[in-house]
Amino acid sequence: MADKIELTINGQSVKADKGMTILETALRKGIYIPHLCHHHDLDPVGACRLCLVEIAGKWTKIAISCKTEVQDGMVVRTETPEINEMRQVTLELLIADHDTDCLACEQNTKCALQRVADHVGVNKERLQRLKSREVKAPIDDSNPFFNFDPNRCVLCGICVRTCDELQNVQAIDFANRGLGTKIAGFGDKPRIESNCESCGECIVRCPVGALTEKDYMKPTHQVKTVCSFCGCGCGLILGVRDNRLVSARGDVSSPANKGRLCVKGRFGYKFVNHPDRLTSPLIKRNGEFVKAEWDEALDLVADTFSKNKGEKFAAISSAKTTNEDNYVLQKFARAVMGTNNIDHCARL
Amino acid sequence: MKFSEIKKRADDEWKQLQQSKEPTLFIGAATCGRSAGALETKKTFQEEFEKRGINANIVEVGCLGPCWAEPLISIVKPGGPNIFYKNVTAKRATELVEKFIIGDDPLPEFALGLVGDKGDYDIPVLWDLPNFKAQQRVLFRNFGFIDPTNINHYIANDGYSGLEKAISMEQTAVIEELKTSGLRGRGGGGFPAGRKWEAGLQAKEKEKYVVCNADEGDPGAFMDRSVLEGEPHSVLEGMIIAGYTIGAQKGYIYVRAEYPLAVKRLQDAIHQATDMGLLGEDILGSGFSFEISLFQGAGAFVCGESTALTLSMEGRRGMPKASPRPRTTEEGLFDKPTLLNNVKTFSYVPQIINRGGAWLSAIGTEKSKGTAVFALTGMVNNCGLIEVPMGLTVREIIYDIGGGISNDKTFKAVQTGGPSGGCLPKQFLDTPVDYDSLKAAGSMMGSGGMVIMDETTCMVDIARYFLDFTQKESCGQCTLCKLGTKQMLNILEDIVDGKGQPKDIDILLEIGKAVNGGSLCGLGQSAANPVLTTIKYFREEYEEHINEKRCSALACKALISYCIDADKCKGCTICAKACPADAISGEKKEVHVIDQSKCIQCGMCLEKCPKKFRAVECVPGRLNEGGK
Repeated sequence: MADKIELTINGQSVKADKGMTILETALRKGIYIPHLCHHHDLDPVGACRLCLVEIAGKWTKIAISCKTEVQDGMVVRTETPEINEMRQVTLELLIADHDTDCLACEQNTKCALQRVADHVGVNKERLQRLKSREVKAPIDDSNPFFNFDPNRCVLCGICVRTCDELQNVQAIDFANRGLGTKIAGFGDKPRIESNCESCGECIVRCPVGALTEKDYMKPTHQVKTVCSFCGCGCGLILGVRDNRLVSARGDVSSPANKGRLCVKGRFGYKFVNHPDRLTSPLIKRNGEFVKAEWDEALDLVADTFSKNKGEKFAAISSAKTTNEDNYVLQKFARAVMGTNNIDHCARL
Repeated sequence: MKFSEIKKRADDEWKQLQQSKEPTLFIGAATCGRSAGALETKKTFQEEFEKRGINANIVEVGCLGPCWAEPLISIVKPGGPNIFYKNVTAKRATELVEKFIIGDDPLPEFALGLVGDKGDYDIPVLWDLPNFKAQQRVLFRNFGFIDPTNINHYIANDGYSGLEKAISMEQTAVIEELKTSGLRGRGGGGFPAGRKWEAGLQAKEKEKYVVCNADEGDPGAFMDRSVLEGEPHSVLEGMIIAGYTIGAQKGYIYVRAEYPLAVKRLQDAIHQATDMGLLGEDILGSGFSFEISLFQGAGAFVCGESTALTLSMEGRRGMPKASPRPRTTEEGLFDKPTLLNNVKTFSYVPQIINRGGAWLSAIGTEKSKGTAVFALTGMVNNCGLIEVPMGLTVREIIYDIGGGISNDKTFKAVQTGGPSGGCLPKQFLDTPVDYDSLKAAGSMMGSGGMVIMDETTCMVDIARYFLDFTQKESCGQCTLCKLGTKQMLNILEDIVDGKGQPKDIDILLEIGKAVNGGSLCGLGQSAANPVLTTIKYFREEYEEHINEKRCSALACKALISYCIDADKCKGCTICAKACPADAISGEKKEVHVIDQSKCIQCGMCLEKCPKKFRAVECVPGRLNEGGK
């Protein structure tokens, strides 16, 4: 059991575990502190400068809450006139540098910048005086699964840290300096030419609409399932709309993947509704495949198997199936078909 | 080899040079001297000596300081004093050979001053000149006198004796000496060096590093470069002592690649020190081993910040880490305890050990000990590198050492601390120059840039200039610094362009306070200083630009006009011919008129109008069509 720490946030007494940050503690308690670059899966960097709080003490100081650990007896204020003024300026700077066609953005209503704006508010007169970039940066749509729109990027670095800390791929990083800073792959080439594995973990974590899935459609309901691509058994939540699969995301509650997915699990669901997909068994008659009923097809298989027991028979199982299924197949080969000719595609 | 043997050999070589039967020529050949033509001067001397069959010693030395006198050389004739000559071009070199080296006329008209026995020479003593008198040369004591590429010159002038002494001392005793000296970090932060070294010693890890920050990047600042080029061994010695004191095995010098000569000097110095057993395995038989390598920075200003610097050395993107974070002495390079100091800080250490901490603490003010090194630039008569005791006033620096404002203009402001320092007006002329006084005034010590401005400097424009620099050099990770500096720059550009709006000053202040208050690192936290201080002290200039669309300093092109005085114009047509915009009309021998709608304020007419007429005038504000 972690040590308990007691502190005060906005006059409210709050308990926290040792090692937690002020931001984590506040969010857990339902106290919102504006933030963009914080993500609970990643190490804090303190780049967005929105989560500033006031910490009372011998010298009252302003510090970023995402990196400051809680201490016993700490007295924290998340809202002061000074902090609000700084947050407001920060927000206005972000808005002026942001493509604000929110209604056309996939992240609309889910966007962290919108939430910050909702909480902090702007000084309209000042915001109007700020200049937006004259030239919009081109959208990188080279990846078949997602787009990167630098005009919506807030440079929180969550994608960079996800790629580095979680995926250990390091396909992207910050490039250039000052206002020219942007997220780029090696040599600033199109994303598809980087060593990006298209896992999409960055898209999930992008707090704004900079990284978005191609052809995104919001599902009307969701189905919890297990990914069928390999034997890992990653928990998957499929999004359904009009009886078609429109999205896939990792199931955070699944112990196998804790919400994370690979390129196949995240983007490889389109085969389900593909017109070329087989939806009924086919039996070859007179050299041609003909549609058949399941009972007929299974009877044919059982009949053929029973005529071919022994060394004539061999089975190859697949890494896409679970351990249990593989076990059943070898049992079937040995006990039912009477052969040791059993192999597996991953046994090299 | 024992140090006493090393020392003896060095002393012998030094003595031989001092007592040479041949004239000795010292040439200031640091980067500054070279860009002024020192190498051509050297070549001329060599050719002259060869042509005339003169045997002479030619020694390249570091920078003495006075940039305005470059190329700067000094000549010692056997038995005579060391006479410094200013602005020695190839032509003057030939003359010096003929008249002084062959003949006996020391050409006092070209001399700057002399060091040594004045005798009958009609040349002032160098250290008595106003330019030098107020200076106190501690770091600079050997600059201009020893050959930086010759380790024996350094050793003969007390070099490496600090190291010899330090390695016989307890590590804590070295730290005590530093604490007594009151030395504060010379990179700008001013953190007490003794405390930092103590933290380095107390760090528990076995693997530790010493890093020298030689990523000098402030525009107009060249203090560290001069130290590296003038006396690289002092930096190495300081670092070796640091390594011994904190128990580190490896040192790095993060030097900017734009300083090729400093890099070369350091490389040579490392080799020489290693060859003599002053660096490397088992230093002077003490059992202590220490290595130093160079790391060349790739030109990012922000890499002068300690955490960005170490990240850059690790092969990562140089971006400062946000506070709260462990100190570099706890977690620095490769996450190991790292003692990181500026070039000058290390350079002080050997002398502190040699002479004792109390010696340095006797110089300077109560809280800022020792000397301060400044690159004095801008509108002063004597630009250059100066070293003064902490606490000297700005006035003394400008008027005594700097020789006053150039072109008989008046002082307007001084900017210290590099691009993110503040601009202080004349009421601060008597402010003592030290860490705390400058900070209290709204500027900072920084690493030692000092830019002097006169009445022709527009304070809005200067704020724009400095902000343009910081904006470009922002690392780009934190919102306030990256975007805030750009938006402030946009507004400043509007103001100097005559497009300022009434609320602009307030908005600049609001953004500036947020940038300074909320940015991630020291660069951002001081980025708005030039804007905030110029608004604080020169608000009327901003108001004049915004409300009256005038620039009294006549610096902002969009807010000035050129006109021709009808009483003075003789109709010579020179201005009309020179005007690139065809804005000037008028027949020969008739008064000319500038069409303000066509004029692009290039100033060509003013420049071309013959001095005997002086008919063209530049006035603040935009005139209506038709002229004055």
